[in-house]
Amino acid sequence: MTTYGRGLRGLALATILTTTTALALVFFYAPLDADQGFIQKIFYIHVPLAIMSLCGFVIGALFAIGHLRTGDRRYDMRSYVAIHMSLIFGIAGLLAGSIWAKASWGHWWVWGDPTLVSFLIVLLLFATYQPLRFSIEDPERQARYASVFAIVAGAFVPLNFIAVRLSQGFVHPRVLTLSGGNLPGPMRLTFAVSLLAVALLFATLWKYELAAKNARIQVRRLRRELLGDDAVAPLRRSAAPS
Amino acid sequence: MDQRPVIELRGLVRHFGERTALRDVSVSVPAGATLAILGRNGAGKSTLLRILATLLRPHGGEVAVLGEPLPRRAFAVRGRLGLVAHDPLLYRDLSGRENLRYHAQLRGLEMGRVEEVLEAVGMARRADDPVRLLSRGMVQRLAVCRAVLHEPQVLLLDEPRANLDPAAGELVEPLIGRASSATRVITGHDPAAAVAEADLVLGLREGRAAFVGEPGKISDRILRELYA
Amino acid sequence: MRTARAVLRKDLLLELRTLETLPAMILFSITTFVIFHFALNRETIAGQLAAGVLVATLLFAAMLAINRLFVAEREQGGFDAFLLAPVDRTALLVAKAAALFTFLVVLEVIAVPAFALLLLGPSLGPPLGGLVLLLALADVALAVIGTLVSAIAVQTRARDLIGPIIGLPLLIPALIATARGAGPLLARHGAGFPSGRWLAILALYDVVFALLAYAVFDFLLED
Repeated sequence: MTTYGRGLRGLALATILTTTTALALVFFYAPLDADQGFIQKIFYIHVPLAIMSLCGFVIGALFAIGHLRTGDRRYDMRSYVAIHMSLIFGIAGLLAGSIWAKASWGHWWVWGDPTLVSFLIVLLLFATYQPLRFSIEDPERQARYASVFAIVAGAFVPLNFIAVRLSQGFVHPRVLTLSGGNLPGPMRLTFAVSLLAVALLFATLWKYELAAKNARIQVRRLRRELLGDDAVAPLRRSAAPS
Repeated sequence: MDQRPVIELRGLVRHFGERTALRDVSVSVPAGATLAILGRNGAGKSTLLRILATLLRPHGGEVAVLGEPLPRRAFAVRGRLGLVAHDPLLYRDLSGRENLRYHAQLRGLEMGRVEEVLEAVGMARRADDPVRLLSRGMVQRLAVCRAVLHEPQVLLLDEPRANLDPAAGELVEPLIGRASSATRVITGHDPAAAVAEADLVLGLREGRAAFVGEPGKISDRILRELYA
Repeated sequence: MRTARAVLRKDLLLELRTLETLPAMILFSITTFVIFHFALNRETIAGQLAAGVLVATLLFAAMLAINRLFVAEREQGGFDAFLLAPVDRTALLVAKAAALFTFLVVLEVIAVPAFALLLLGPSLGPPLGGLVLLLALADVALAVIGTLVSAIAVQTRARDLIGPIIGLPLLIPALIATARGAGPLLARHGAGFPSGRWLAILALYDVVFALLAYAVFDFLLED
């Protein structure tokens, strides 16, 4: 029997500690950006969220490969949680990016930033993951098709970034300096800690949701065994694996 | 001649979501024999047939057809099975002949075989009409043609004589009846007819094998329980 | 691939017999050109704008075909018929993609001249070769992704909706390359041949997704 609860408390603690440290660093340690001022600090939440979201999609794709190769539905559950959490983190990151864009360049959205644009396309694609699952009723087929989708979508991510980047003649310099280029020391440290905090948050939430789902499944299974099939109400049509 | 059973099920399990469609079903069918599967709607008859046809994978237990374990060796055995099910598996906008030619091409058969089976069921004249214009009895005859086109060693028949009048029934008999020398698995809604044809009977109730044995051993009580 | 040929022949025969998909794609495209004329309020368009209108129209017309690609299989037992045969199952992917590719080529043979007639300012003569190559690569992308997405969508309840919402984002890189590649071709005094960059992206996209589709398609068919 798999348990996801083990180590959850420790992980949660680590997350709280790192997040607090990161916030402290962001507000009291990292220097103010010369051009953009205080609002630049959104960078420390926007980029880690975006990076974690993309990593999460790739992790989801890897779990999906595991599911198709072994037929073990637990891989599907891990894949599902990773992807839908990455979508939430991604939307949050996109919103943060939009706020930053408005503060920096005066527009809520800039087509000139290839990273942001690619990210939007990736989110549009993964936003279809849950509707897809929801519209397939047979749980086994739902899991299999979702895994196929996750793999194709995961492979799509790098291709998409390449294509969008190549299509941009003009790339806004400010974005490059901050998201790809050289960060001064204190900023780099703050960024690293922020990234770690977001990653730990992702891991904690992922484990937590898996533990909760797993517990629910075990309870249903026990009830079926003890009380018979009829005592347990059939699950409503759902996007989540069961 | 290989004395191993043609169909061998041991503890077969198949789920559908949280429900269990088949639970611990075991039966052994020797070569050339006819197995009749009885049971109410929803008892698992069609599921079992589809597993034997390699369309569904077993979730537990062992299944072997013609000595090959499924699903691992499904590709090895697929070409020797013939399935007649509720759905005729014919494209409605193509003619009978075109449908059968498609199946012949899929299986690498000679076109002459298509004409052979069409003649055998008496559909040669109407074979160029689109399937959607044919009566259900004619469609059923074409479905039988499709199933026996490749001269399968195992026939899986789900109510094969549905929609067939006695004359048509006689035409398909040599292809899918006892005379065909194939090992057969039949399901149907008429227990008396199925039992009359069978060498072996499997009674399913809510996915479990309620009865396995010779037709002579089925009492009225057992039949009542199966269909209660 | 005897199997793929058999399936392809059957599909083309079905389309010839029923004429469900192709006429709809063609009519849709021409109507869309008319709509664009009014929506943009222009007599002629050229350059990147023309490329955008053409490529977007072809993309949405392709969606019509993609939605219908596996419907006959699903509703008339075609999947079972195929799965019962002792054949390599990826042949279905190859055959369906070939069928979709064929539909797209026929569509473009009619729709691109129609576009030139109705909306395009500059002459289509000089850049025609380059445009054909670009569209051919784009059609491969549409065929591969379209078949994959259609196979997924046909098993869902919201069949007509799932196909486009999954397929369109997936096709965006190919769309970018095709539209940007065609832009200079359709400009007045424009280029005669698309830049290698766009052809490379399309080729890479085609190869990656063709391989990927080939690898995962089996999982969509088994039960």
